[in-house]
Amino acid sequence: MAEQASERGRGAQWQHLDLRRINWSWLGTVPFFLFACAFLVLPSASLVIGSFQDNAGNFTLQNITDLGQPSIVNAYLLSVQVSGVTALLGTLVGGLLAWAMVLGRLPRFVRAFLIPFSGVASNFAGVPLAFAFIATLGRVGFVTVLLKNLGFDLYDKGFNLYSFWGLSATYLYFQIPLVVLILTPAFEALRPQWREAAESLGASGGYYWRSVALPILTPALLSTVVLLFGNAFGAYATAYALTGGSLNIVPIMIGAQIQGDILHNPNLGYALAFGMMVIMTLVLALYSWLQRRSARWLQ
Amino acid sequence: MKKRSSLVAWLFIIVGTSYFLLPLIATFLFSLRAKKDTLGFTAYQRVFADSSFYETFLFSALMALLTIIASLLLLVPTVYWAYLRHPRLHRLIELVSLMPFVIPPIVLVFGLIKSYSRPPVILVQSRGLLIAGYMVLTLPYMYRAIDAGLRATNVKTLTEAAQSLGAGWPRIIWQVIVPNVRGALVNGAFLTFATVLGELTLAQYLAWPAFGPYLARISQNKAYEPAALTIISFALTWVIFGIVLLVNSKDQQQTQFGGTH
Repeated sequence: MAEQASERGRGAQWQHLDLRRINWSWLGTVPFFLFACAFLVLPSASLVIGSFQDNAGNFTLQNITDLGQPSIVNAYLLSVQVSGVTALLGTLVGGLLAWAMVLGRLPRFVRAFLIPFSGVASNFAGVPLAFAFIATLGRVGFVTVLLKNLGFDLYDKGFNLYSFWGLSATYLYFQIPLVVLILTPAFEALRPQWREAAESLGASGGYYWRSVALPILTPALLSTVVLLFGNAFGAYATAYALTGGSLNIVPIMIGAQIQGDILHNPNLGYALAFGMMVIMTLVLALYSWLQRRSARWLQ
Repeated sequence: MKKRSSLVAWLFIIVGTSYFLLPLIATFLFSLRAKKDTLGFTAYQRVFADSSFYETFLFSALMALLTIIASLLLLVPTVYWAYLRHPRLHRLIELVSLMPFVIPPIVLVFGLIKSYSRPPVILVQSRGLLIAGYMVLTLPYMYRAIDAGLRATNVKTLTEAAQSLGAGWPRIIWQVIVPNVRGALVNGAFLTFATVLGELTLAQYLAWPAFGPYLARISQNKAYEPAALTIISFALTWVIFGIVLLVNSKDQQQTQFGGTH
């Protein structure tokens, strides 16, 4: 289009431009891109622009530097910790489950049950999930009372469902099944011949895992960790339903900002959201890089 | 050696499964105790007697349905067209479809409210904005489903065959392409349905009487009803995924999972 406009300025060349020879087929995708601009690009761009403006609309970096205030830094740290811990633990536990299911020589019904169950559980989140954990590990929850009757008081020992470890335990309920779904194909792609080859060369089971299987699985494992990190970092509903806003992670803080400008500066609120987008972009970039690496081996 | 590894595997599976089943068992037992000293389904009766249960559920189901229809109408022709005529745009469409991963629901709703609550365009009170938000939220899953379906189909050959028989564009898409990717579409549609049905963030901040906010409200004000609702939600998720798995086992398609938390 821009080319056309500049051509028009130079009248002599304009005649050579044959409209029929321009490829008009992109027109068919216009509705999609209009939709994306209106409801994806515009909302996010307006937040980004807002984070670089003061209340009068002038350019400023003040909001970005204000992200350094202790309450905001703490919220980001807590978010990163919850996401990091559930990503690592989730990958570890989910990986062991996927390993047991694929390579543990278990009867077929285990798999027939575990895969659909993982599909459901990885989508079971928000208010119902939070309530299930309140009924289990809350102050009068099933497991809490059971352990108390056995002489072990969780809450006396410092556990609290509405705190860091409580939220992490709840997030793991949708994190672990996601890992099972992602890593099952990865374990299936480990060819038995590789193990046989290693064993016939005198490698022990442990040596095979350290030197053959794990290096092959590493990109897949790392990309799972990254995916889980993003999955937990953006989660809002579960945390809101569980803690009602008492645990200050970034999504909860943004929610409070939407409702009542708790930061007393709308533009700082936009910067808070902008920070989340930056972290999620890094996560996605890292994920797609790792995906390309793992695709080499696990076809 | 063989026996030992199997034993360890059993141990992992049993420990893992109990972590997943305990909260469900606990919630179920809790839901049965609405009447003092007896076990019974009183909590469920109260839920089903509550008219806002039906109203909010129907509202969310309707929004989910409209989201699915609008998404399919927007995405199927676009992805089809890109496959057929514009492979270079295909990369760009894919990139745009990944964008919602970078924008969590709470950020999306923040941006939507900021962009559409003042002139020139005020949309915050329109259902259209909620549906558009849901379309964005489910775009990655819907796109991937449609893309996978079309990739497995020979789009060019089918189109040329249909054209040589004299079919027009609407007819090609509706009667030739869609039947070939039906399994993929059903997959994406049910995932969207499951995501929208219990969605909390967008519905809450755009102030709609949807099922997610209803669940949140009940769980703050009542004791036993939320337990019953949790069991009902879990059962509903099973039903939805049961249908997806059934469709997929017929079509030999790979199932994909995902949603918003």
